[in-house]
Amino acid sequence: MNVLVYLIPISIFLGGLGLAGFFWSIRSRQYDDPDGDANRILTGDYDDHPKP
Amino acid sequence: MSEVQISACPACVAAPAAEEAAHARDVRDTRFVLSLPAIYCAACISGVERELTKQPGVRAARVNLTLKRAQVEADEDVSVDTLIGALTRAGYEAYELDAGAISATETDKKGRAILTRIAVSGFAMMNVMLLSIAVWSGASDVTRDMFHWISAAIALPAIAYAAQPFFGSAWTALKAKRLNMDVPISLAILLAGGMSLFETMESGRHAYFDAALSLTFFLLAGRYLDYRTRSVARSAAEELAALEVPRATLADGTVVSITDLAKGALVRVVPGARVPVDGIVVEGASELDRSLLTGESLPVEAGLDTIVSAGEVNLTGPLVVKVTAAGEDSSLHRMADLVAMAETSRNKYTSLADRAAQIYAPAVHILSLAAFIGWMIATGDVRHSLNIAVAVLIITCPCALGLAVPAVTTAASGRLFRAGMLIKSATALERLAEVDTVVFDKTGTLTEGKPELSNLRDIPPQARGVAMALAAGSAHPLSAALYDATRAADVTPANVTNIVEVPGQGVEGALNGETVRLGRATWLGAEALSQTATYLKIGEEAPVAFAFVDHLRDGAAEAVAALKLQGKDVVLLSGDAPAAVADIAKRIGIEAWDAECLPETKALRVGELTRSGRKVLMVGDGLNDTAALAAAHVSISPASALEATRVVSDMVLLGKTLAPLGEATQVAVSATKRIKENFNIATLYNLIAVPIALAGFATPLAAALAMSFSSITVSLNALRLRGKP
Repeated sequence: MNVLVYLIPISIFLGGLGLAGFFWSIRSRQYDDPDGDANRILTGDYDDHPKP
Repeated sequence: MSEVQISACPACVAAPAAEEAAHARDVRDTRFVLSLPAIYCAACISGVERELTKQPGVRAARVNLTLKRAQVEADEDVSVDTLIGALTRAGYEAYELDAGAISATETDKKGRAILTRIAVSGFAMMNVMLLSIAVWSGASDVTRDMFHWISAAIALPAIAYAAQPFFGSAWTALKAKRLNMDVPISLAILLAGGMSLFETMESGRHAYFDAALSLTFFLLAGRYLDYRTRSVARSAAEELAALEVPRATLADGTVVSITDLAKGALVRVVPGARVPVDGIVVEGASELDRSLLTGESLPVEAGLDTIVSAGEVNLTGPLVVKVTAAGEDSSLHRMADLVAMAETSRNKYTSLADRAAQIYAPAVHILSLAAFIGWMIATGDVRHSLNIAVAVLIITCPCALGLAVPAVTTAASGRLFRAGMLIKSATALERLAEVDTVVFDKTGTLTEGKPELSNLRDIPPQARGVAMALAAGSAHPLSAALYDATRAADVTPANVTNIVEVPGQGVEGALNGETVRLGRATWLGAEALSQTATYLKIGEEAPVAFAFVDHLRDGAAEAVAALKLQGKDVVLLSGDAPAAVADIAKRIGIEAWDAECLPETKALRVGELTRSGRKVLMVGDGLNDTAALAAAHVSISPASALEATRVVSDMVLLGKTLAPLGEATQVAVSATKRIKENFNIATLYNLIAVPIALAGFATPLAAALAMSFSSITVSLNALRLRGKP
């Protein structure tokens, strides 16, 4: 059972990492245009070169 | 400045100049917001963006598909009209939006705040659940205590942060000495947290940290759904308002915002434009379409000293209007204020959720208190009794109820939004479900207010050619309709020369040395018909009348048929002349109609129907309908209606067609049915769970299971709305 001493902090840390990631995605406005983002991935516009 | 200035401090001169230059560049960054109602796919995004960036002077363009808008960054010399023109040519419908009227940032911030709280409570819930599983599966003694302590360390800060919206709302309700749904919620969350902390300290067996957190999580999810539905509706409503960019052209040609207009200013109104202000005509002659204000489809003559009101449409000649009232003081705005006052009377309607809360909140508190007192008397053990009281509070907590209504309204309004209908009021769906009588307005609602030539067959062939040639020379809507009709009938235009438009009267030309005229009856000395018509006079021959009927709005007949099929009474009330109203009523299949209704008469008729126990749905677009719209149980207006009218309406039809009306009433009925079903499901769960909790058999595991199952069932039941009705 002593392994819990490591496992619990590790699991909480990993969960916290996910939470931090979610905060970042909210901050960087990734939920402003969900429909657009879902469709943009289908366009071939900037496949060969980045957007100027 | 030709002289060279000598300065002791060259930088002092240079710095402001540089600042000015930098500032000038800022100002030149004109940002346009365009509305693109017809885009739906990946190809549309790249098509629109490519088309916009191709225009000279456009630096960047970004499409938002969710909001169906494009933001454009461009140089100052780029005009919106060229952008819109380019998009229209490429096949994308586009309109300019007033960037100032759209406040996306404020609402976004609120949505993001709720999302953050959901994330925090979700994260904490998952971790605590994992720890709880160890406890449920038999961890004991020191291990259980340690798990409880870790859970407490995660749960308490998470609750303190994430559950704030509930605490805030409960506190305001309590301060006003009311009870709302948030009071039992907050009490359950706080008591569960506090009780569990106490149990942990005493190394007790039951801790409800996971229950407190999942309660917060599920309820926040319900809040977010609710918020999303409203913000979509709000942003669409804002967009409609922003479509009317409030500008006026001064007599000298400069374009100014309406708010900058002073009394006495001279404003030019070109043919086809809406009059932006109240005023008096000082120059020019024309005809005015007052249908939005009065419901009349017949244009009125306007000349020197005619009083015009904001919202009328100028048809033929250019007018110069002296402003008597603009913006906030104009008759349109005053009407909107009146309407806002009428609005409050309808807010008396109590929604199903509120009615449920009024029974529910006190019942839960009494039940929980009774459990505490009962166990106190039976055992005399304060800790045990308190434990049971908390278990009752948690199990009865309206988790399913908090999700039941938002999930249904989100699914229903999402479905109606896709069908082209915008729901502005939160209780509109419930009210729409109760409707049994539908009152329609005619001009602009059942009809498009667009004339259609009706008697081409009775007109001699020679007159057809002459009329076509003359009509081609005018932009008047009747001329345009006449031209379209004759072209569709393959008429060859006669060789009419010297065509000139006589503002406010008609068109004049010469044919084989004879004067030919197309225009008003009085101008030609003809006898006017009782319906909309224009007249042709060739030389000294007797005038020929071209009669017009209103073009039916798309889907009007289907909507009326669908409503009648659902067993609703359909009534037509119009401000127009009896002949025109009778014609439309016959074409569309409405038996009960009334013509020449004043705005007050309309409201009165709706009031009478309401008093006789009917639930009235009013569908109208004009200013003359606003009072009736406000008096009705529910109201719907098309997007082409005046802003004042749309403000009163509970729902707005976004497209040009009326067809979604039939579906809307059906969806409303099934949505209300689902809400009631969900309440029943939640009650059923409580009926099973409450006796268990009262008997003292409820464990944290039972609470977690009951809560998850009831939440998932109501959400799934709500989602059934997305498919078939």
